[in-house]
Amino acid sequence: MPIVEFHLRVMRRVWRGMLYSRLGTPLLSLLAVGWGVGLLVDRGTAGGVPWHGSVLPYAVFVVPAILASSAMMTGFGESSWPVFGAIKWQGTYHAMLATPMRTRDVLVGHVAMVGGQLAVGAGAFVALAAPFGVWRSWWVLLTVPVATLTGLAFATIMTAVAARSETEGWFTAIFRVVATPLMLFSGTYFPIESLPAALLPVAWVTPLWHGVEACRALATGLIDMGPLLGHLGALVAFTAVGVVWSARELERRLVR
Amino acid sequence: MIAAEATPAEPTPSGTPAELIQARGLTKRFGDFTAVDGIDVTVTAGESFGFLGPNGAGKSSTMRMIAAVSPVTSGTLRIFGLDPATRGPDIRAALGVVPQKDTLDEELTVEENLWIYGRYFGLSWAECRRRATELLEFAQLTERAGDRVEPLSGGMKRRLTIARSLINDPRILLLDEPTTGLDPQARHVLWDRLFRLKRQGVTLVVTTHYMDEAEQLCDRLVVMDHGQIVAEGSPRALIQTHATREVLELRFADDDNGIHVPSLQGIGERVEVLPDRLLVYADDGDGALAAAHARGIRPLSALVRRSSLEDVFLHLTGRTLVD
Repeated sequence: MPIVEFHLRVMRRVWRGMLYSRLGTPLLSLLAVGWGVGLLVDRGTAGGVPWHGSVLPYAVFVVPAILASSAMMTGFGESSWPVFGAIKWQGTYHAMLATPMRTRDVLVGHVAMVGGQLAVGAGAFVALAAPFGVWRSWWVLLTVPVATLTGLAFATIMTAVAARSETEGWFTAIFRVVATPLMLFSGTYFPIESLPAALLPVAWVTPLWHGVEACRALATGLIDMGPLLGHLGALVAFTAVGVVWSARELERRLVR
Repeated sequence: MIAAEATPAEPTPSGTPAELIQARGLTKRFGDFTAVDGIDVTVTAGESFGFLGPNGAGKSSTMRMIAAVSPVTSGTLRIFGLDPATRGPDIRAALGVVPQKDTLDEELTVEENLWIYGRYFGLSWAECRRRATELLEFAQLTERAGDRVEPLSGGMKRRLTIARSLINDPRILLLDEPTTGLDPQARHVLWDRLFRLKRQGVTLVVTTHYMDEAEQLCDRLVVMDHGQIVAEGSPRALIQTHATREVLELRFADDDNGIHVPSLQGIGERVEVLPDRLLVYADDGDGALAAAHARGIRPLSALVRRSSLEDVFLHLTGRTLVD
């Protein structure tokens, strides 16, 4: 895949900065939220967070969710301005399409690049968080592909949005009204059961909740096969919709 | 060197090796707007062909269709005898494209830009490196090979774009306004490089709104206006048909140059009124000026020059190319 080679070349130039930003935020959250907030939560009457019949120390509860939600942010981030810029500012995609490459090659290359970043980021986070004792099971290794898939669900949908956008004004709005609320209300920092009942279905239809639940099950080893497969299926479905939609939007934008 | 191997036109599936591009009734619409309105164009191997016209004439839309990246709305288009609707990747494999706006990868180095582009055409890494070395030489960028693209000058970026477009040894090189925005010196360097390619037998297809560029580069050209072809021929033939041998340019102090037209009646073949000057078309420009002086006409300045494609365009459309 020559387009992947292109992304690797670019990455080789920027990987340090990228790694810091990919790992910095989640590691700070781990310390501030997992440890800081955890101190308070774990001193409460419940002695932790009730989750699917168990009571988890707050850090054990929240760190898998930090993994999933930072994958979402990477997915959003790598497919907003970068895709928009490649279309509108730098013409990178136009240059690719002047060769035998087709829009689907451009999309596959982009998804592979984001997927690779997500996997490396998730792998590094799992390794770095391990000494904090937040992982309770070897199944945690599977959170790497699951977090990657979570990120890709958002990345592909965002690619479609970026390919549709004539202006970049959209992205800030999406980060504010979509990413941030999702981060807060997808069972990340507290179980969604604490939400008003009317909001529960909203959580169910967001990829992040499925990613958070799946990562948490794997990281704690409290695996209930039915729901886990359901969450994975949902993530695959969201990603599939994202791929089809973004392929259509890219074709519409670039081949006209 | 680079393009010499691309010269002989291989027989195409249509069996007409000489006709690399053939368009009949070629039309492009964007919603209600017709960008290209039923044009007929044939470009044969080894030719340098130009689309001359002002901004918005439909030149770039035509180029994008020929480049097999923009679907044809109606009419037929064949490149190497192939239909771009179904054989896009095959066509693009043998095209070199220099877009209006540079689309270089600014984070990468000069040579990486060439390597990566070669990879898109399925060339091996060894082949990419070999050709990149040659092309950097050709584009006079060898010393900058390992530098990042971003700080290069406009002229260098343009030359790199042209070098990149040649990485696949294209049979046709499409150049969309190759020198727009460059300073005069950079333009001449670029023209020199393109002229070398032409001598090596590369088929060039150029759009431009500069008549001097069209005169420099094109064996044959079409003048486009509002999506249609309004004239076709070699630069010299077009000038002969649509203009006189010389042009007398007169400037006056008045706001409205039109008031001088009646007094010039009978001098030269015809008179064009522009906002800043009057053009008197005459085969003998000095004679026309003498005649004007004899009538007591006293312009601020008078200039006799040879007529150009600009005059052809003005005559055909009533407008100047670059306004």
